[in-house]
Amino acid sequence: MTLADVLPEASPTPSGGVPTSLPPLLDEHAKREIRRTILTAVAVPGYQVPFGSREMPVARGWGSGGLQVTLAVVGSGDTVKVIDQGDDAGVNAVNLRRLITASTGANESTVPEESTIIQSRHRIPEDELRSDHIVVLQVPVPEPLRGVERDQRELARMHAEADYAKMWVSLYEDKVRNGVITQTTGYPCLVDGRYVIATTPIPRWDIPRLHQAPFLTLFGAGREKRIYAVPPHTDVEPLTFTDVPFEVERTPGATCATCGSDRSFLVEVPAATGSRWVCSDSDWCRRRQKAQGHD
Amino acid sequence: MTEPNRPDWMLKVEGLGKIHGAPDRRSLHDTGPEHGTSKSRLTGSVVAAWNVSFEVAAGEALGVIGESGSGKSTVMRCIAGDQPATAGSVRLARVGDGATEILDLEPAARRRLRVDELAVVYQDPAEGLDLRVTAGGNVAERLTAAGWRHFGDIRSRASELLSRTEVPLERMDDLVATYSGGMRQRVQLAKALANRPPIVLLDEPTTGLDASVAAGVLDLIRNLLEELGLAAVVVSHDFRVIEMLTTRCIVMHHGRVVESGLTDQLLEDPHHPYSQRLVAAARS
Repeated sequence: MTLADVLPEASPTPSGGVPTSLPPLLDEHAKREIRRTILTAVAVPGYQVPFGSREMPVARGWGSGGLQVTLAVVGSGDTVKVIDQGDDAGVNAVNLRRLITASTGANESTVPEESTIIQSRHRIPEDELRSDHIVVLQVPVPEPLRGVERDQRELARMHAEADYAKMWVSLYEDKVRNGVITQTTGYPCLVDGRYVIATTPIPRWDIPRLHQAPFLTLFGAGREKRIYAVPPHTDVEPLTFTDVPFEVERTPGATCATCGSDRSFLVEVPAATGSRWVCSDSDWCRRRQKAQGHD
Repeated sequence: MTEPNRPDWMLKVEGLGKIHGAPDRRSLHDTGPEHGTSKSRLTGSVVAAWNVSFEVAAGEALGVIGESGSGKSTVMRCIAGDQPATAGSVRLARVGDGATEILDLEPAARRRLRVDELAVVYQDPAEGLDLRVTAGGNVAERLTAAGWRHFGDIRSRASELLSRTEVPLERMDDLVATYSGGMRQRVQLAKALANRPPIVLLDEPTTGLDASVAAGVLDLIRNLLEELGLAAVVVSHDFRVIEMLTTRCIVMHHGRVVESGLTDQLLEDPHHPYSQRLVAAARS
């Protein structure tokens, strides 16, 4: 008996073993339930709406929440871009993109301008996004107060009464202990002057881009079974002391080693001969290089 | 149009009552000091406190004394909002010019009163403090709840309060869990007074501390009450605490007030047999 007998689908196929068509991952009832949840989330900006998170063919914690949100809003006329840490070619991004396109018939692209839905872990693309874009963020921990309070009833009370004193205390303690506010990803923000959200998983760099953005941002947490939203043209204000300005990550003098950019979110790549900085948004960087003439 | 007059009291409690179990008024007939119990045999309910009334003016401290189970802490918790009262009225001079019924406010509105109107110091510091947060952070919580958003201001106000309550400033950034009992109580005082509330409720503030530490904390409380002109309610089983801090007091027994008057007189010449026993115990 050969491996091909046991696992016939594992044998090489013209598409490299990847099925190009899959049955739908969500049934129509599930889609409707998630869409209703999304509508509630949009109507109450920043409020975490519970939903019946389904089993997905990815592990919880690997984007199952974002995947369900995308599957509920995508249509066959949509074009989907999926990034992981700003990279379209990451294993997880590729896997999710294949699942979405193969099961819905949607098109795929790596360029935001050609896309209608952008599912992301850890970044918002550097490009200016339009009002017809939907950004879907995969969220590991939707509760911004989880670090300061564990009692679920107390958490519900704090949100209901907009009692965020403990969140401020955690920022105070961070500053006292470290001299600066060290919290980077998941920085707590006040949405529409009412609810504090965890902007996980994006870095501080992307937070100003959520404020009064023209596009809709949907946050999906599959393991925690919560969906929340920042509708277009909504205030997103990082919790900041009046005398300690909010700062985004920036390394003075650092520029992208491949495209030369000094106005994008850069990540450090360790190398044998000292580390170098490159754009975190790899597709944006690639298009800049192309425009500069070196392919 | 007439200007509404501020009442001459800061806190007014009238007919306050708390029944645990079915709030059946028949429970009142077989409970109280004359029956020697607060548990009704008729209804099975416990009358923890009933018909408690008093006023406290600014700069005045009222004592509530009684043995454990007499209902004194229940009275305090009903005023503070930690427990719902069964009957009665609680009003604060600064809330609706004394006309607003505090007991009828929604839970959220009552909790807001705790930020800057009505502070509570508990016997157990763990109730009033977050032990996993620094001393400064605990004070900062009360300040940020009142809308403080300037880090430097929060920091200096927290230092000011902690030095006023004699917490060594070099320990300000240590977790409260690492503090001794007396120090925790000082931090609790600093936190309670952070937003200059006009009223403070103190529930057995020195019980459980070593005698020498307790004396120091008592001294501090007395100075703070005088200096800040606070209206205070001091709940204690210990006549020495009541004697040191208060000018008037009420004596509670089996959920009822059995005697009230000036603390000095009550100590010299207690009328009710239960008060006499309490005083005798304190003097022995």
